[in-house]
Amino acid sequence: MDRFRMIFQYFQSNSESVMNGICGLLALASVKIYSCFDFSCPCLPRYNMAYGLGIMFIPPVTLFLCGLILNRQSLVMLEEWRRPQGCRKKDLAVMRYMCSSIMQRAMVAPVVWIIVTLLDGKCLICAFSGSVDPETFVGFANTSPLQVQQLLAKVPCKDDELMRNNTSRKAVTRYLRCWSQALGWSILLILIVAVFLARWLRPCFNQATLLQARHWSNYIDIEQKIFEETCCEHSRLFAHKCILHFFKSIREEIKMHSFNLPREEERAEGEEDLLRGIADQDQVNKLLKMWYYEKPPLDVS
Amino acid sequence: MDKFRMIFQFLQSNQESFMNGICGIMALASAQMYSAFDFNCPCLPRYNLVYGLGILLVPPFILFLLGFVLNNNISMLAEEWRRPRGQRGKDPAVLRYMFCSMAQRAMIAPAVWVSVTLLDGKCITCAFCTSVPVETLGNASHPGLSQGEMKRVLARIPCKEIYDGQELIANEVAIRYLRCISQALGWCFVLLMTTLAFLVRSLRPCFTQAAFLKSRYWSHYIDIERKLFDETCAEHARSFAKVCIQQFFEGMSTDLAATRCHSPRKAPADAGEATEKLLGITDQSTMNTVLKSWHRCKPPLHLHQPTLPSSNGWAGEGQPPAHPSTPRRETVAYYSRV
Repeated sequence: MDRFRMIFQYFQSNSESVMNGICGLLALASVKIYSCFDFSCPCLPRYNMAYGLGIMFIPPVTLFLCGLILNRQSLVMLEEWRRPQGCRKKDLAVMRYMCSSIMQRAMVAPVVWIIVTLLDGKCLICAFSGSVDPETFVGFANTSPLQVQQLLAKVPCKDDELMRNNTSRKAVTRYLRCWSQALGWSILLILIVAVFLARWLRPCFNQATLLQARHWSNYIDIEQKIFEETCCEHSRLFAHKCILHFFKSIREEIKMHSFNLPREEERAEGEEDLLRGIADQDQVNKLLKMWYYEKPPLDVS
Repeated sequence: MDKFRMIFQFLQSNQESFMNGICGIMALASAQMYSAFDFNCPCLPRYNLVYGLGILLVPPFILFLLGFVLNNNISMLAEEWRRPRGQRGKDPAVLRYMFCSMAQRAMIAPAVWVSVTLLDGKCITCAFCTSVPVETLGNASHPGLSQGEMKRVLARIPCKEIYDGQELIANEVAIRYLRCISQALGWCFVLLMTTLAFLVRSLRPCFTQAAFLKSRYWSHYIDIERKLFDETCAEHARSFAKVCIQQFFEGMSTDLAATRCHSPRKAPADAGEATEKLLGITDQSTMNTVLKSWHRCKPPLHLHQPTLPSSNGWAGEGQPPAHPSTPRRETVAYYSRV
């Protein structure tokens, strides 16, 4: 429990951490969705390719968009990009830095999906079972072209009556899965090497500019958060003052309309403050009615 | 338990977080409800379509309405919309902002239900099994089946145990076909929703940022003002009740003392807080009278100044008279039976 709390607090310590946390959660969600998803290849000649490639590429697009939506910094960057210049210059380097950091984080979950898909192999088997060369596999070598297409399309479905005891089906499946896993591992290796090189070589180029861009992008983010918090506090104080004014104005109105009320005596300090001069049922009812029918103007000067 | 408490605390840290939390919980509840639901296709020609589409579309509608009901801000929106203008103008942009933000949050659980339903495939399989293209997937030339008969056979596709049309079209082939279409629709729906959400979120800073900041500030202000007003009224009610009850006790104490023809005992200055808090009620019969009077004759909702203890025993009811009347003398008349 403590460990969980510590991890949680660490991730909330600054906004970079929060974004890394969201990125990680989205990647985990991506793996979980893939494992929960019930992949069922249609095993029909033209549908296989559409289904297989669709499952491989549409969810990553969705995950990428989700990564952009859930990242608060994307909004900050857009606002900074679209704001009028005013008294503060716009720094393109800062916006480029923010854009690239947002894109990098948003790309993690889609890449995880694609790699998991390739390493699992079902998508590629489904999409490309109709494209293998039938001559290389014994069971499909001597059949008419139309029939061979139908048969090959049924390869991903083990339980189909035609494929149940077909040894060539297993051969095709193994062949396609081997290609799929090779592709998956290659992509993973290339990406890791690319990231490694990028991180290793970055200090060799423009380190000072990078530090500046990172500082100012952090600043813009913090400034916006503080502005929102200040607005919240301000609206709270404004509301407090407005309500006090309202109570006072009601009290004044009541005083004006009732000349024969005995002079108010001093009560205990605390009670007087809290009662604010409204001391009977009719006055309270009048106050509540006025609050609904005639809210006070938004002016506490 | 600790984990829940921590998550709860994080979500309550501000209003937006809290609303997002409710949103997430409803989405999870929606997915959980679907997995707990026992889907039973009727496997009859016209009922399939109604059942399948009903399960696909009616629960999302209910979840959408529930999303509004569970949102505390709906009453705030309604109040702001219906209040008379009075001294404060109404800003339609603020109302629009409040409604849009509530509608967006309420849309999440229904979207999750529709996505999960489509990706699972049972609903579409049930609803559209009679429309499977038999010519391409099976043997349309299978003899001896009229249209109605064929529909009856096809309607049984989702119910594997009673399916009797294996020569017409294989059960697995049909189910795979329908499920593929359903999952494709599901992913397209998810992509569409995500794209819409992305566009809504990213186009706003490009066009209406200043108006958005204004609407957000004032909608937040209205929410805070309502809460503060409720708090102030609660404080006021507390003080009102305190003073009212205090005056009631003092009044009763003075009244009862006057009935016994002696002035109310004043606590000596150095008697201590406890004695002061007794408010002059110091014995069983007095307390019983006070309790009985509280039940039979509650004091009016009108606070007045603390009156000086006078022998006319008036204090406690209504307005004190402008001129104190002459002191009342208690006389007891004895009737002798002599």
